[in-house]
Amino acid sequence: MKQRSFLLAPRPEANSRRPIRRELVVGWLFALPALAFYALFVLVPFLMSLEYSFFRWDGIGVMKWVGLKNYLTVFEVPVLFESIINAFKLVLFFSLIPVGLGLVVASVMHKVAAGTFGSVARTILFLPQVIPLVAAGIIWGWILAMPGLLNETLRATGLESWARAWLGDFDWALPAVGMIGIWVLLGFCTVLLATAIAKIDPSLFESARIDGSNWLQEFLSITVPLLRQEIGVCLTVTIIAALAAFDIVYVSTGGGPGNATAVPGIQIYILAFTEQRIGPASALAVLLMVLVLLVILPIQRLTREERS
Amino acid sequence: MVSDDKHFSLPEEILSTRKVLTFLVVLALAGAVTLPAQTLVPPFGKNPVVLNAYFETGFDIPYKLAEEFTKQYPNVTWDIKQDQFANLINVTPRLLSGDNPPDLIRLPTMVSFAKQGLLMNLDSYADKLGWNKWPVPQMVQNRVGSDGIRGAGSLYAMGLNYSMTGVFYNKKLAAQIGMTKPPKTLAEFETILAKAKAAKLQPIMEWGSAKSGMGLAFPLQALMAAVGPVKPINEWIFNKKGATIDTPSNLKAAQMLEAWINKGYFPADINAIEYTDAAARFGQGEGVFTFNGDWQNPGYDKDLPGNVGFFAMPPDTASRGPAAMSAPLTYGIAAKAKNADAAAFFLTWVAINPVARQINIDIGGSNPGGPASAPAGKVAAGSVTNETLAAGVEVGKAGNAMDFIANATSAIFAQGWTPELQKMVGGKQTAAGMLKAVQAEYLRELEQ
Repeated sequence: MKQRSFLLAPRPEANSRRPIRRELVVGWLFALPALAFYALFVLVPFLMSLEYSFFRWDGIGVMKWVGLKNYLTVFEVPVLFESIINAFKLVLFFSLIPVGLGLVVASVMHKVAAGTFGSVARTILFLPQVIPLVAAGIIWGWILAMPGLLNETLRATGLESWARAWLGDFDWALPAVGMIGIWVLLGFCTVLLATAIAKIDPSLFESARIDGSNWLQEFLSITVPLLRQEIGVCLTVTIIAALAAFDIVYVSTGGGPGNATAVPGIQIYILAFTEQRIGPASALAVLLMVLVLLVILPIQRLTREERS
Repeated sequence: MVSDDKHFSLPEEILSTRKVLTFLVVLALAGAVTLPAQTLVPPFGKNPVVLNAYFETGFDIPYKLAEEFTKQYPNVTWDIKQDQFANLINVTPRLLSGDNPPDLIRLPTMVSFAKQGLLMNLDSYADKLGWNKWPVPQMVQNRVGSDGIRGAGSLYAMGLNYSMTGVFYNKKLAAQIGMTKPPKTLAEFETILAKAKAAKLQPIMEWGSAKSGMGLAFPLQALMAAVGPVKPINEWIFNKKGATIDTPSNLKAAQMLEAWINKGYFPADINAIEYTDAAARFGQGEGVFTFNGDWQNPGYDKDLPGNVGFFAMPPDTASRGPAAMSAPLTYGIAAKAKNADAAAFFLTWVAINPVARQINIDIGGSNPGGPASAPAGKVAAGSVTNETLAAGVEVGKAGNAMDFIANATSAIFAQGWTPELQKMVGGKQTAAGMLKAVQAEYLRELEQ
């Protein structure tokens, strides 16, 4: 009997494990549809790209194994390698300036533009995020054209010598494309950072003010350090936008003039679809992904350390 | 690349200059002597047919022809999809190899598709439908040999019409600087350009944005044919073994273009100008000249009615004769098309039916081709189409027609000509360096 009652008695370990297992199973079941889609539309294409990058293939005929040749091609053909350099130049415009400027704008708005005015300002700044990038590229194309709004304004203000075909100028095309990136991404960074600033304990700012701090000191000693995590998110999103840029560049310059704005996204598109060279296109795509990870992972790590 | 490129895909007619001469002269004469049209017997009878077609966005001609075809054969309807020319280049292999391959498709290029077995070999239709009796050069450009070289071999496409490129001019502006008739030599043309510049007019309106593809390829090729023979240019375009674009006469042409750039004959913002902007700006009176093709005739007639003239690029010496890029508006049939017979019938109808031919002239602005006996159709008085058709005859007589240098490989325009010519405009490339870079890119692409 004793033994029996012992056997019947619920064992503490078993008791706690059963619900965990059940939760685990239910959890996986809930995640399964999403995982299936993720696998189908992200993991499978990724693995296929990886596979293609080792073959010579026109997308239709027989695939021929070429080992690492496609990867070497990316480094040997100047225009392909230069596109990677251009993508890093875009990081300045798509990432560093929007995040830096976004911090300042969010901080200023927190200080002087609370209430309705602040909401309106945030909405206006965020507006470019909801405009399709293709439309944005076309509109900016008109603004930056020789007979466009910017040049007309320069002429009207006596700065005619500055007027130029911004998107067709070798020195200015990349910064001009970068300007479009700033316009698009500034709102995103500002809204994210403004929301985070609003969560900072007001007493910190109050004490700083009592101690005689000015805005700049508050900004550098309170705002920036406490927003480190959000800055990490902004940097991650915007750096990916810069390195994997395609739509804004394709619509505004098509990669020109003379490949001055050609980025990996454009070259992958031309290689894969115009040239029907799936191998080098996939190799460049895989390299691009590796580069993005190399840049993003340290940022993620820094953010995580800060959190812990 | 915008839709204009479609006409860039002029292919190789001119391996035999005599054939072209015959073709164009016969076509012109056909207008004067209207012979009985070839009888057409539709292969589909009264059965309902839905033609699955893939056309190019931005050009009305195939749509108008399809509409008229249904009017004449009401049991034939259309399922038409469309795309920009640049996108067509990208999607064509998948469309042709897919489950629902088009019965009729605008072909941006054809060699690779023919080699991959994706395009229907049209040799049997050429026999059955009488195409082989039409002036030979119409078909030469659409033939692909088993070695992958165009110009000979089996037929893989037909032209809806045959376009002609050259120099358009604004008659009023030209008169202002004393040009009363088109120049006969390159030197005369250069003198007029200098006068236009001196008169503070924009001498040449052209486009150059990478989004449209670099329009300076037009004047460059025209200059190449004005100072040297066209045969080596065509051989290069057709990928003949050992062919090079970096020849002494082509270098001379490139240096002349460089000089024109440096003299300010092209707009300062050319690298940012798209095809449609250039056409619109010329239509608004900006530019005495513009290098373009006859597909733009309806647009020019609309923007500057009765005020646009045309001439083929004059040569450096009168003995060489005028030269031009000229090619069919190429359409093919998928190897696995369900209604291939009906599609082939449509291609015959386009070239033979008088209404279709008239649509081609009115809407397309181009020569409808077809049998030598086909009626030529009427061209409105004052339309620039009169001049493009006449110039076609002159070029034919000289035997100086060419395919387009942008058609040598599928990406030579995007990866070679466009960036290198843009660099030349920006002072970052020399004429010699440009030709060397394009040749290197050409060899790289052919190695694939």
